[in-house]
Amino acid sequence: MSTAVSDREVHWQRTRNLMIVHLVIWFIFSYVVHWFATDLNKFTFLDFPVGFYMAAQGSLAVFVIQLFVFSKQQEKIDRECGMAEDE
Amino acid sequence: MAMFGDFSSKGGFIQNLPKIYGIYTGGFILFILLMALLERFGLSADTIGLLFVGFTIAIYALIGWLSRTMQLDAYYVAGRQVPPVFNGMATAADWMSGASFVAMAGGIYVGGHPYLAFVVGWTGGYVLVATLMAPYLRKFGCYTVPDFIGTRYGGNLARFCAVVVLVVASFTYVTAQINATGTIAARALLIPFEVGVWLGLAGILLCSMLGGMRAVTWTQVAQYIVLIIAYLVPIVWMSNKQGFGVIPHLVYGDAVQRIAELEQLHQVGVLKPAQAVAGMSALVVKHNAPADTFVANWRFVTLVACMMIGTASLPHILMRYFTTPSVRAARSSVAWSLFFIFLLYFSAPALATFTKLQILDPNLATSLIGKSVADVNAITWVQKWSSVGFVKVLDANGDGIVQINEFFIRADVVVLATPEIAGLPYVISGLVAAGGMAAAMSTADGLLLAIANALSHDLYYKMIDPKADTRRRLIVARVLLIAIGAAGALVASMRLTGILGAVAWAFCFAMSGLFFPLVLGVWWKRANRAGAIAGMVLGLATGTWYLYMVKWGGMKPWWGMDDLRFGMVGATVSLVAMVVVSLLTPAPDKETQDMVDEIRIPKGETYLGSTH
Repeated sequence: MSTAVSDREVHWQRTRNLMIVHLVIWFIFSYVVHWFATDLNKFTFLDFPVGFYMAAQGSLAVFVIQLFVFSKQQEKIDRECGMAEDE
Repeated sequence: MAMFGDFSSKGGFIQNLPKIYGIYTGGFILFILLMALLERFGLSADTIGLLFVGFTIAIYALIGWLSRTMQLDAYYVAGRQVPPVFNGMATAADWMSGASFVAMAGGIYVGGHPYLAFVVGWTGGYVLVATLMAPYLRKFGCYTVPDFIGTRYGGNLARFCAVVVLVVASFTYVTAQINATGTIAARALLIPFEVGVWLGLAGILLCSMLGGMRAVTWTQVAQYIVLIIAYLVPIVWMSNKQGFGVIPHLVYGDAVQRIAELEQLHQVGVLKPAQAVAGMSALVVKHNAPADTFVANWRFVTLVACMMIGTASLPHILMRYFTTPSVRAARSSVAWSLFFIFLLYFSAPALATFTKLQILDPNLATSLIGKSVADVNAITWVQKWSSVGFVKVLDANGDGIVQINEFFIRADVVVLATPEIAGLPYVISGLVAAGGMAAAMSTADGLLLAIANALSHDLYYKMIDPKADTRRRLIVARVLLIAIGAAGALVASMRLTGILGAVAWAFCFAMSGLFFPLVLGVWWKRANRAGAIAGMVLGLATGTWYLYMVKWGGMKPWWGMDDLRFGMVGATVSLVAMVVVSLLTPAPDKETQDMVDEIRIPKGETYLGSTH
């Protein structure tokens, strides 16, 4: 039983760290880049002003990719800690 | 098809989903081609619109009828067997409302960069859903969102508060959706708006009443397919016609820069309209002019925050993740949901940009600004949309030339009139009407079901009559569904709310009351009943007070946070109240803490049994 408890602790620790990493990325692409949109507009990407691009496409694409990666990473944590569902 | 969602052949049905929806998509494309053919043979535009809207509603109703059920877990959570990709499509349809479909591109056209806060906010919220909530609520195994609050914190009062927040937020939202179905039905079927509202409601109820969540799931997948085809086909066609290729999203950077030059030429932002025109706007904001003051930046990020946190608190979205077969599937389903939503949301700014370029660029045949008033008024689409009060040319300075401040347009026109502005055949306009209808109906379905399920499961079964048998519970659920739908239609037919205002308010209500009780319920074991109740009651009360004071009470908004952003105030109070009160009162008992441990790991049975 004691091993089960510590497995759970490791699992929750890693789950929490993964959550924090993803929320930091989320915070940057939700708020920080848009706060500096005027400065970013001095640069271009694919001929787009970068400030506009990030709000119209860039942040959105980051969120989509991030969620697929998150899903894979969390599955790995579940499996390695023996906390995955049996299917 | 007769086994739609049928449990007796569940393996067969679920495995055949790609085939079933493949045939459905093929059938829909054939229908579009048939309509195009009939248009050539002289079928009138009105008849095409009627056939598009009527045919698609009939299909949804058929799916709803085939998915009828008298089983509890089929009715409440679609039997928990919806594969992640299909649940992703259903969530995307549930999510993208009539406002997203019809108003978003137009909002960007009129509002420029600041309006993109909606695009960012309505996508990034899913990161919160995936990391903080969906997998844990799935493991918990509840039927409704208040079910989680009620069990995690214990006691009927907490459950009741959650029901109240859910009803306030979802009802605000659903009236806007019924309003949109009424508007589209009225235009496509050539009937009065008031009749359209009730007809739209009948269609919505046909999709949800007999089969609950199971029926709503399979109709929403069908509705997603219609709405995404209807949104993308005109954009791709138009862009191809103008030489931007078939994936315009990657190449419209030039257009953004070209618009900036044209805005100089036409003096956008310098020339102001001589008089306001109700419901319509002239261009006074530059397309790409981000905030350059602290308050303007703050307004951008607070709008983003409200839309994101609201996303993660809206029960009709969260409950979609109760339907997946596993915790793992719930997580990947959030990713798929966002992918399907992304397809529409990253197209909206492209559409807004193309339309603006067409109207501004004097080198294009479609341009309006700088032409003579007589020429512009002779253009077919201008005539058509002027006659219904969506477009207006006012020669304020009397020089006979249309200036930037003399051309007024209602934001919705950008999506609805795109096919005509670009000279596409009428069949595309019919398709767009069907898409708008699908978007509004699918969201209304999800919202009505969320409200009715909370009232039937949490209020009636858990609090009033816990001995009710399955049959009685499901009958009560359906009666409530009809009653709430009727109430929504009644409010919608009185036209009390503008679409966007009501939608943003729903997000703010939800985040004010539900976000922190839900998140801390999973992530903070110390959170207890008193804290959760304080968080919900004070959060909702303060948010509502602030909304009232700013909108009607004449109070000056704090740091530019207007009525669209009142959730910032509500949610902050909710967090503080919940933490302070939790810490001042005893920690939850061991049983509750063990329950939290249990929902944090995917392994094992759901915390609540399969029927409860």
